[in-house]
Amino acid sequence: MLVLILRRLAYAAPIALGVSLVCFSLVYLAPGDPLQAVMPADVTPDMVEMIRHEYGFDKPIPVQYALWLWRAVQGDFGLSIGSRRPVIVDVLGSLQNTLLLTSFAVPIAFVIGYTLGAIAGCFPGRWLDRTVTGFAVMGVSVPNYWLGIVMVIAFAVELSWLPATGMGPRGSDAFSIFSLGDLRYLVMPVFTLSMVPVGIIARSTRAAVAEIRGQDFVITLRAKGLSETAVIRHVLKNALPQVLAVMGLQFGYLMGGSILIETVFTWPGSGFLLAKAIINRDIPVLQGAILLLSLVFVATNLVVDLLQSAIDPRIRRA
Amino acid sequence: MAHTLAVTTPTDLEPDVLPANVVRGYWQSVAYRLRHDPVTLFFGMVILLIILAAIFAPWIAPYDPYKESVIARLKPFGWRGHLIGTDELGRDLLTRIIYGGRISLFMGLAPVAVATVVGGALGILAGFGGRRVNTVIMRTMDVFYAFPSVLLAVAISGAMGGGIANGMIALSMVFTPALCRISETATAQVRNLDFIEAARASGAGTFTILRFHVLGNVLGPIFIYASSLVSVSILLASGLSFLGLGVKPPEPDWGLMLSTLRQSIYVNPWICAMPGAAIFITSICFNLVSDGIRAAMDVRM
Repeated sequence: MLVLILRRLAYAAPIALGVSLVCFSLVYLAPGDPLQAVMPADVTPDMVEMIRHEYGFDKPIPVQYALWLWRAVQGDFGLSIGSRRPVIVDVLGSLQNTLLLTSFAVPIAFVIGYTLGAIAGCFPGRWLDRTVTGFAVMGVSVPNYWLGIVMVIAFAVELSWLPATGMGPRGSDAFSIFSLGDLRYLVMPVFTLSMVPVGIIARSTRAAVAEIRGQDFVITLRAKGLSETAVIRHVLKNALPQVLAVMGLQFGYLMGGSILIETVFTWPGSGFLLAKAIINRDIPVLQGAILLLSLVFVATNLVVDLLQSAIDPRIRRA
Repeated sequence: MAHTLAVTTPTDLEPDVLPANVVRGYWQSVAYRLRHDPVTLFFGMVILLIILAAIFAPWIAPYDPYKESVIARLKPFGWRGHLIGTDELGRDLLTRIIYGGRISLFMGLAPVAVATVVGGALGILAGFGGRRVNTVIMRTMDVFYAFPSVLLAVAISGAMGGGIANGMIALSMVFTPALCRISETATAQVRNLDFIEAARASGAGTFTILRFHVLGNVLGPIFIYASSLVSVSILLASGLSFLGLGVKPPEPDWGLMLSTLRQSIYVNPWICAMPGAAIFITSICFNLVSDGIRAAMDVRM
């Protein structure tokens, strides 16, 4: 197992390095002088030269990358143009709020998706299966930002049951998941965010259950005289590792992909921060947020991979 | 895969299987299965209608998509001949949704097409070009694979300053790695098979082998995967416009319309949801048709 962990780490490390290279080069994708992109508009030319030298922008690009990476490793992504705070402070703060959303959305998506997928997989071709499959297709096809708007229209505008946006009157710092009033702000973003993973998890559970039901050991179980419920319990247990892996990947996707939902609900998470950074052309924030979010994604994939190998020894050999 | 003949025996007489004792070529059997799949046919027709409506928008749309009117702002369904109401500047919403299909469909299809060509070619190159070429190409793809797709699309088009062209570049870059992987796997599977060896022994050059023996086996899996990406691409492209990274106003685009109408949900709520419904319907259609194509083309099923 230790060898496996080391091997997977050795595989993930160059990828993480490549990811950082892509994030670094985002500055050069921006039209115009890269320094202009990271500077406030009202600086004097002398100041620009000084900062150009200070930040190493007058050095060759590989050296610049090394310098940037060195500072990034220490958590220094520079100052946000918008808030004038260190980028890392803004990004980590918003990352917490996104984590709050995903840590509710992913387990909910898993429970609903796994149940639906298991039902569909147990009755392939029947109306229950068709209904679930149709629902799953809708789940993966729906533009979730639109679903969010529809929910706001229905539950906030028309019915006034739930608050439309934000994290509550006390702000994101005072938000508590133990306060019923605060939880009301979570309902719509979490539901909307979980819609796509529900579809994906239901689909992969259905596929896994249908496949496992056709395996030889299931015939053995039936031949042993086990009741249908007991057989299904065995099948579901066998489908679990595969589906858990899908769920893990969805966690990573949602952390990085919640930008649209957070924009709809003005949820002060990392996606919202990113959207603001794009509008303000705040390249340091853009770089920092994207680097951290994609590293979260790489790390999630790594953990999922290792957990899967720990549960299922067949994967370890591959 | 492309060389497989579908031969059925009298024992499998399921409705979606070929009639007994008929031998057909692969593409013929695919076409046969598609013709007998009512769901795929129906949603394929819907897609065709949406595409035709977008192409012939000037003849179909009831109003001028840019014509604003101060008195006709945010009117409800059916107000004075505006079937699904008007937007925040008094423009006919149905007209703008019909016109909006032009950019939205283009942004859904074009990046997938670009990524299919680029990713497919890179994958074949990686699969056929030897160890070093393979490592360089595939490890680079791994890096782009390590970003969640929404994030990569937003990062690239956001850094480049938005706009249709930049959005297209960004989405193409998002889809290329996956297509490259599929193409590489398919190439590696046939690379060492006997018929390639035979072609080489009979004097075929590398290009001839790639063109006639590899491509035919790689195109199928790539095409199936690419078809499933169209709906993703439409969602992502509308998402980019929703964030203000796509077309600039006053051009009609579903994502952008959704974003500007969102400010008015307290005035006339359900009008504001209409452009999103267009995205949803188009995306569902492409998803179901892609599922149908996958089922029809996959010989294992």
